[in-house]
Amino acid sequence: MRGSVVKFTFRRKRISGMLAVVPARERTFLEEMSNFNFPESRSLKLKEVMGYDRRRLVEPGVCVSDLAVFGLRHLFEGGWLQPDEIDGLFLITQTPDYLMPPTSNVIQGRLGLKQDAYCLDISQGCAGFVIGLIQAFSLLEQEGVRKVVLINADVLSRKTSPKDRNIYPLVGDAAAITVIERDAADSVIHASVKMDGTRSEVLMIPAGGLRLPSSPETAVLEDVGDKNLRAKDHLFMDGSAVFNFVQTEVPPLIEDTLKNANVAVDAVDYFLCHQPNRFMLQKLADKMKVPHARMPNNVVERFGNSSGATIPIAVIINLAEQVKGAGCLACLAGFGVGMTWSSMLMRLGGLSFCELVDYA
Amino acid sequence: MKPIAEILKEIRPEFDFTASNDFMADGMLDSFDMVTLVSTLDKTFGISIPGTDIVPENFQNIGAIEALLRKCGVQL
Repeated sequence: MRGSVVKFTFRRKRISGMLAVVPARERTFLEEMSNFNFPESRSLKLKEVMGYDRRRLVEPGVCVSDLAVFGLRHLFEGGWLQPDEIDGLFLITQTPDYLMPPTSNVIQGRLGLKQDAYCLDISQGCAGFVIGLIQAFSLLEQEGVRKVVLINADVLSRKTSPKDRNIYPLVGDAAAITVIERDAADSVIHASVKMDGTRSEVLMIPAGGLRLPSSPETAVLEDVGDKNLRAKDHLFMDGSAVFNFVQTEVPPLIEDTLKNANVAVDAVDYFLCHQPNRFMLQKLADKMKVPHARMPNNVVERFGNSSGATIPIAVIINLAEQVKGAGCLACLAGFGVGMTWSSMLMRLGGLSFCELVDYA
Repeated sequence: MKPIAEILKEIRPEFDFTASNDFMADGMLDSFDMVTLVSTLDKTFGISIPGTDIVPENFQNIGAIEALLRKCGVQL
């Protein structure tokens, strides 16, 4: 069912820093190509079009809280953030450490954060950076809340089949830590979000929850009819449906956000979108008549698709100096599991840190 | 101008694309081949096939692909 877009407006809020944590372990598409049940020539053509090259993967056993705790300790040790400053901590993930307790509480406990830090897990993925910012900005409306930490983290490589060329070569693991606080300037941020649960099976991990608990049967690799092998414990994606969803739904949502802000497409410096693959982003840019240079698409080729962490990584690897300085007007857009799609228009500038570190 | 059948043959050399009227049903192209094909057609004809047109119906056979190219302004 289609309806009007949920619109959000926030005033006097800003991002004050961004840190990405990526596993030190790097794998290349060429190393993995022989795993797939396809001729190398076809895989190589796909590599070129999609932008598959290198990606970062956690070692076996590494969880979301490990990446998050590593990153937050890095910020504490660097003096960019103090543990007691954290009034709220939102973790956006599809790969929590446990079904229960919340991984955000686990992170709070491991770091000894104060007990009145408001910690919350949110089950979102590729649209989750904007979703998390909306939550953080909303919490900052409370008088006593001064600083909120948003963590977008996933270790989806642990839930993908190495024999599935549809998924395996594109997934990367990462955590992005974003610090959000009040802005002394009279800034205005506009956002829009849409969700469609009728398409929730387009992107899913069928087993492992209570509907279909993991068992020896759900771990069996099955030929799904397209020369890919995957188990019910693995991430499934209907690639054509996701592609169509993005091309059809995302441009109107972005247009709506810009219209709401009374800002023209040409006035936006950068469109910082979730990074599924190069091809999809180029088609999205073409559809919106945005030059490719203003919609970066180089995250997948260097780090893989790390779900909600890709927008911060795109900022860090392409615009770090700019956003630490005078900044730019950015339109953020995320889209994925749910299905959920989200967009936000805001200024990025004056960040006190914007860097990427290796987790080893 | 390179014929469509020749472009298809470069992607899947094992098939004769002139002998099929439904590439998907006959197992000659999958969705990832379609992406490779779109990228090749974009470069060959200097166009950008809209993302919303990248659906199986537009790549079912040579006639459908030619119709899509004409829609994108290519004179065949």
